[in-house]
Amino acid sequence: MLTPVTLADYLPIAVMLVLAAGFVAVTLVASRLVRPDNPTPEKLAPYESGILPEHEPSQRFPVKFYLVAMLFVIFDVEIIFYFAYAVIWTDLGWYGVAAMLLFTFFVAETLAYVWKRGALDWNVHQRRRYIDREAA
Amino acid sequence: MTGVEWLALGIKVLGAFGLLLLATLLNVWVERKVLADMQNRLGPMRAGPFGVLQTVADGLKLFFKESIMPRKAEVGMYLLAPFLAVVPAFLIFVNIPWGGSFHIGETEVVLQGADLDIGLLFILAMSSIAVYAVVLAGWSSGSKYPLLGGVRATAQAISYEAAIGLSLVSVVLFTATQGDGGTLSLYEIVQRQSGTWADVHPIVGWVPRWNIIPQIAAFVIFLTAAVAETNRAPFDLVEAEQELVGGFHTEYSGMRFAMFFLAEYVNIFSMSALTATLFLGGWLGPTWEGTLPAFISGALPTVWFLIKTYAIFFIFIWIRATLPRLRYDQLMSLGWKRLIPGALGWLVLSGLVLAFRQFGAPWG
Repeated sequence: MLTPVTLADYLPIAVMLVLAAGFVAVTLVASRLVRPDNPTPEKLAPYESGILPEHEPSQRFPVKFYLVAMLFVIFDVEIIFYFAYAVIWTDLGWYGVAAMLLFTFFVAETLAYVWKRGALDWNVHQRRRYIDREAA
Repeated sequence: MTGVEWLALGIKVLGAFGLLLLATLLNVWVERKVLADMQNRLGPMRAGPFGVLQTVADGLKLFFKESIMPRKAEVGMYLLAPFLAVVPAFLIFVNIPWGGSFHIGETEVVLQGADLDIGLLFILAMSSIAVYAVVLAGWSSGSKYPLLGGVRATAQAISYEAAIGLSLVSVVLFTATQGDGGTLSLYEIVQRQSGTWADVHPIVGWVPRWNIIPQIAAFVIFLTAAVAETNRAPFDLVEAEQELVGGFHTEYSGMRFAMFFLAEYVNIFSMSALTATLFLGGWLGPTWEGTLPAFISGALPTVWFLIKTYAIFFIFIWIRATLPRLRYDQLMSLGWKRLIPGALGWLVLSGLVLAFRQFGAPWG
């Protein structure tokens, strides 16, 4: 079943990469040659519906997004393990199934834990319930 | 490599590239027309017959428009983001087989850019890289609406990517039982969907052996997550105009904006094509080889592939016309509390059922 992998298999990928990047570059450069380019201070200001921005835009955003990113990293790595199993599971027999069920138990347990902790609740008032329970 | 092999490579890659550009030009028009029909209006009518050249006209207009770079922008990242959006979108499609094979002399040319044995993983990796475009475009604009749109889009895309990955695992699990060992190669996955379910029961002898039937739950989860992954309504919070102006590409104008637009539509087409490939048997279909002229039965696989892809694309538009936009907390809870546990449960269920069919009961 396994065929030796050579770099030549990836040649079409490389060609498409060059083609797509070249397409973007050529289009942008060609457009630059024919389009007007007349920046004024008003045009270059950050968008604020046409009025003058009073504050500089802050580069901060809610910490909740970091939480999603952390959860994603955990689950995505676990999914990659599943792919490895799904490809060879017919050779592993019931031993593999049992091992995978054990693994799934830990994945599900992680999910149940973060769910109960309120990490999957987006709204503060939903998350609040957990905080109140903790305090009581 | 010989000259013929280079020619074959050129046909594959340029064919895929041209198909994507042409499909994008057409798809924008198709979407506007279908939406218009569903809403009892005409849609674009002016440019060309039935407005079919509308996208060309829009593209030309953007081509001659000024492209403003805001004062506060991080120049390097700001200029890099359109590339990061377009390139992965095209690379996803390289893996998808979009037709049968034909011969140039002795060499067999398969109409698929590259048949990688890690095809599915490669597609998942590329769709992850596409997220960088969104987050970098949002962050480097130096403006508050793009920043918020960017982090929102990122959180959304990565949440639903987990669901996509999990639903694909059960497809791979099932595919492994349909031939000699498991595979992630998309060509092989299509091949294993050939034939009918006649061996299960004569009654279903006419039903094609597509993965959608045994993996119906995975199909529903995958399609839902694919709509979210491509930022389409009802999951288009990325560009929720009322709150975010235009989302992560608010500060992009002219041709740089057109690149994000192109990437979005290429992604929708690739996702529809991927769905058709994994669940609807890809390019498989009757070709009546021998009874029809060779060039017709040679072109029929591509026709079947396009019909299936556009059926899925139509569902994308249909969903957009039907459902109102979700709230952000609803979006996150649908992804994390419904789709991911659902996909995990379906994975365990199909894993156990398939194991019983493959190995017999462990106690007997």
